[in-house]
Amino acid sequence: MTEAYIYDAVRTPRGKGKADGSLHEITPVQLATQVLEAVRDRNEIDAGEIEDVAFGCVSPVGEQGAVVTRTAILNAGYPETTSGIQVNRFCASGLEAINIAAAKVKAGEADLTIGGGVEHMSRVPMGSDGGAWPTDPETAFKTYFVPQGISADLIATKYGFSRDDVDAYAVESQKRAAQSWKEKRFEKSIVPVRDVIGEVALDHDETVRANTDMQSLGALSPSFTMFGENFGFDAVALQKYADLEKINHVHHAGNSSGIVDGAAAVLVGNEEIGKKLGLRPRVRIRSMASIGSEPTIMLTGPEFAAKKALAKAGMTPGDIDLWELNEAFASVVLRFMQALDIDHSDINVNGGAIAMGHPLGATGAMIMGTMVDELERSGKNTALITLCIGAGMGTATIIERV
Amino acid sequence: MSYETITVDTDSDGIALVTIDLPGVSMNVWNEALMRDFSAFVDDFAANDEIKGAVITSGKASGFLAGADLRMLGGVKASSITEAFESAFGLNAMLRKLETSGHPAKALQNGQAHAKPVAAAVNGLALGGGLELVLACHHRVIADNPKIQLGVPEVQVGLLPGGGGTQRIPRLAGLQNAAMMATQGKPIDPNTAKSYGIIQEIVPAEEVVAKAKEWVKANPKVTQPWDKKGFKYPGGGGAMDPRAVQFFMAANAMAQSQAQHNYPAIQAILSCLYEGSIVPFDTAIRIESKYFTKLLSGPTSRNMIRTLFINKQAAEKGEQRPKDVPATDIKRVGVLGAGMMGAGIAYVTAKGGMDVVLLDRDLDYAEKGKAYSAKIVEKGVSRGKVTKEKGEALLARITPTTDYNDLKDVDMIIEAVFEDPDVKSDVIKKAEAVIGKDVIFASNTSTLPITGLAKYSERPDQFIGIHFFSPVDKMPLVEIIPGDKSGDRSLATALDYVRQIKKTPIVVKDTRGFYTNRVVPPYLGEAMIMVQEGIKPALIENAAKSLGMPVGPLALTDETSLSLGHMLMQSTKKELGDQYKPSGNEELLEKMVVTLGRHGRKSGGGFYEYPEGGKKHLWQGLSEHFPVADEQPSVEEVKERLLYAQLVPAAQCFAEGIVSDPQSADLGAIFGWGFAPWTGGPMSHIDTIGMETFVRKAESLAQKYGARFNPPQSFRDMAKAGDKLYGKAA
Repeated sequence: MTEAYIYDAVRTPRGKGKADGSLHEITPVQLATQVLEAVRDRNEIDAGEIEDVAFGCVSPVGEQGAVVTRTAILNAGYPETTSGIQVNRFCASGLEAINIAAAKVKAGEADLTIGGGVEHMSRVPMGSDGGAWPTDPETAFKTYFVPQGISADLIATKYGFSRDDVDAYAVESQKRAAQSWKEKRFEKSIVPVRDVIGEVALDHDETVRANTDMQSLGALSPSFTMFGENFGFDAVALQKYADLEKINHVHHAGNSSGIVDGAAAVLVGNEEIGKKLGLRPRVRIRSMASIGSEPTIMLTGPEFAAKKALAKAGMTPGDIDLWELNEAFASVVLRFMQALDIDHSDINVNGGAIAMGHPLGATGAMIMGTMVDELERSGKNTALITLCIGAGMGTATIIERV
Repeated sequence: MSYETITVDTDSDGIALVTIDLPGVSMNVWNEALMRDFSAFVDDFAANDEIKGAVITSGKASGFLAGADLRMLGGVKASSITEAFESAFGLNAMLRKLETSGHPAKALQNGQAHAKPVAAAVNGLALGGGLELVLACHHRVIADNPKIQLGVPEVQVGLLPGGGGTQRIPRLAGLQNAAMMATQGKPIDPNTAKSYGIIQEIVPAEEVVAKAKEWVKANPKVTQPWDKKGFKYPGGGGAMDPRAVQFFMAANAMAQSQAQHNYPAIQAILSCLYEGSIVPFDTAIRIESKYFTKLLSGPTSRNMIRTLFINKQAAEKGEQRPKDVPATDIKRVGVLGAGMMGAGIAYVTAKGGMDVVLLDRDLDYAEKGKAYSAKIVEKGVSRGKVTKEKGEALLARITPTTDYNDLKDVDMIIEAVFEDPDVKSDVIKKAEAVIGKDVIFASNTSTLPITGLAKYSERPDQFIGIHFFSPVDKMPLVEIIPGDKSGDRSLATALDYVRQIKKTPIVVKDTRGFYTNRVVPPYLGEAMIMVQEGIKPALIENAAKSLGMPVGPLALTDETSLSLGHMLMQSTKKELGDQYKPSGNEELLEKMVVTLGRHGRKSGGGFYEYPEGGKKHLWQGLSEHFPVADEQPSVEEVKERLLYAQLVPAAQCFAEGIVSDPQSADLGAIFGWGFAPWTGGPMSHIDTIGMETFVRKAESLAQKYGARFNPPQSFRDMAKAGDKLYGKAA
């Protein structure tokens, strides 16, 4: 089968996902437009060579609706011949979009594609698209629906992570993110976002707090206690996890992923198109996998997605040099490390969403870029990128330096 | 036109006054005759230009209309599910025609047509299909009486309000109020209903019809709000309104946390509210009727209707009472012993309108027994559940005393002294020396055989057992235990008494533990055996709750106390000697009670810790003494064991004739120890899963865990013959 290579990866900085965030005045279409422009311009390619663009977006309504990808393609001045698709696999949408782009290349459907994503959480809030799953009694009952925060706390309870464990993880994430910015480790992929008059609106991840420590996190109250206890969600979770007496609520704003705005784009193509356009392949996409897992605990999917991707690649965990798992909640990463016996020094080495935020539809593409850069910087060879996903799923991609 | 169940008087203005008045019954209900008559009237109303409007009222002083006749619902036998749907949709179609005068929704929406006005004149309670008829009227006038109950209680028998209740209530009162009314089934009073927007006018009782008529005359052309263009749910509705999304997320979780997935009606009601808020009214009522049909054809509603409604009422009306004994009017009861049981019995007796002579050895004790009632009354008054006058009257009926002579005018004796044959013998003799020759003597005991106690009586034919449960004022069941020599009159009187205190009686045979105490110990014992096997206590407790038990078996053991279990074990051992069959929990009880001092909730904690001011939680130390096993069974497996630990002993009791019929076995289980109400009781459940499945499963559990799970021979025989406990018709 044709091999798929990543030729470039760009992302916007992540802006605080609130009205006072630096990207709030920028439209979601602009965020998507600016990363598409960057891919075209910094590689000096004719955008007409890019056949198809897949962008993840988790709340594709309002100004993110109506296939935001196609809107951004036209807005970026790509020729009308480039098609676009909007992908939704909840939090892994950005990575899934890259996998779709790569699959098109591998299948011979296209020579050059872009996978990426956009999520402007301050303008199109999470949950804006409604959905039957938690709301329709039939599906809520059948799946024992609980909100993600309850699932994250359930993971902590079931697998034995204390409040100190999750807080310590969060402190380290902040430390690593701050250090990475200090050392300009993200420099290769960051595309500053410009406003209507062409001024830079944001050129760094806005939510990193280098001085976070155990004491400052210790002062925060758990976010999901009220939800769990007063609205019955703890009871629903315990009906499925009947060997637990109660849920230990340990997650709060400081050890969960932040709400931010951002977009990312990754250029994917076969070997020939690279030669033709004079592009240097940076990594090869070695394998890809998506799985479904138990929906109430919801966020344990990465373990199974990673195992599937490893099996597809004929690899074992020992063959992976760097791991990147989206920091949706601290317990998600701690459980993944526990399940696959991964050392903390090999995973999320540059920090993650706890420090820098999680723009839902874009994150998968952002952390892919982070890994491509980091493999080159550290001289390492292989990386596995994965994310936990709403309703119990997992998506993973293994890359290898060329 | 002539009707059997309604009268229609049309005045000179063309306003028809429809009075619902079912012949020969005290309360109006939707039965086949009323459906037929009302449907004919609605057809005439829509077609007949002479009739300009209508007022619907009731001819019964007892109320407006109490809902559907559950016997009729239970009896519907449709040949196919679509036929069942058509039949269920009948009420919806008729009420829809009443509110639209037969015009299509589209014509009403664009103003091409209007409906003729219909007003409800509600003089008393309107429940279920009764309230749904009221809601289908355009204007609702109700008598100014806070006692009037308005509600949709169908959920309590596993059904949903299938006459538009899940659609009109939320469209008037909002989703939240509608969910509360329909998923809990509790009625509301007229003022609340008015604040919800369900009714428009509260007027003096004698004016309801006049006011309703006045409105009809003033409003010749009307349209229901939901048939008007641009109608919106009060408080938000639909799949995209964030308020509705949030509401459903929380409502779904709350419902699951409370119903443990055992009550399909609750989910169906929420589905009706959810789906109905997305589609137009005519589609919504079809969806409602489909969910109704699904519930009606499922086992849960059939079992709940049978046990919780039909059989419960029959037992309370004296199904097991000897028919030829004339009814006794009990006015004065002597209660002997003012301890916890006696005090509770005195309270329920006084509450039932009878005078009580509360006797104890020491006047202080007797007074203390009366104080128990005073405390309950006080609480009731402070919560507005009982008026001060009524409470005071209740207390005035209780006379504490130490003097046996005060018993001379009583109509009945209930003794509740210490469970010791010598003490019992003493009070029996002393009481019989003063009471009238015909007075029935009832003994409240949970452990001593009645026939044995009757030997101390001069009149064993007038001697009978009544087993109350603790706390007496809360527990709805009583077991009536005729001894070998108890006469018909003693049984009749005991049942008459239970009827007066409004509890549910079952008649059981005079054997050790009677019925409920034969089943509960092996059930609790199974949980303790599991603890010894290393099954996580949380898994045991959650499995029981998921089965539908109100509390877990370990929590219940703590409540009744481990020391009581330990004491009973020792006394039974002593009594039976070589005949004693070990329960398998001897060591556990010994260790918990004697070695570790964990007696239960009231002293030292038990399986749980009871921190002061905090929530109880499982005792962490338990795993040191009973280590948790590496391999844990699935929750399904634990559930099954806990279920069969009740089903098998209950079947044994029925097989041995301790309860004479499946009805009593079911009622006793649900109201005696809280057996999962959704099943309709253990016998109903065995019928539902199938006798053969029951026998096979019990046998396989017996192989795996011990002979205690072996089903009785008669059940094996029934399985072979393909017989059911409730027969084929029920």
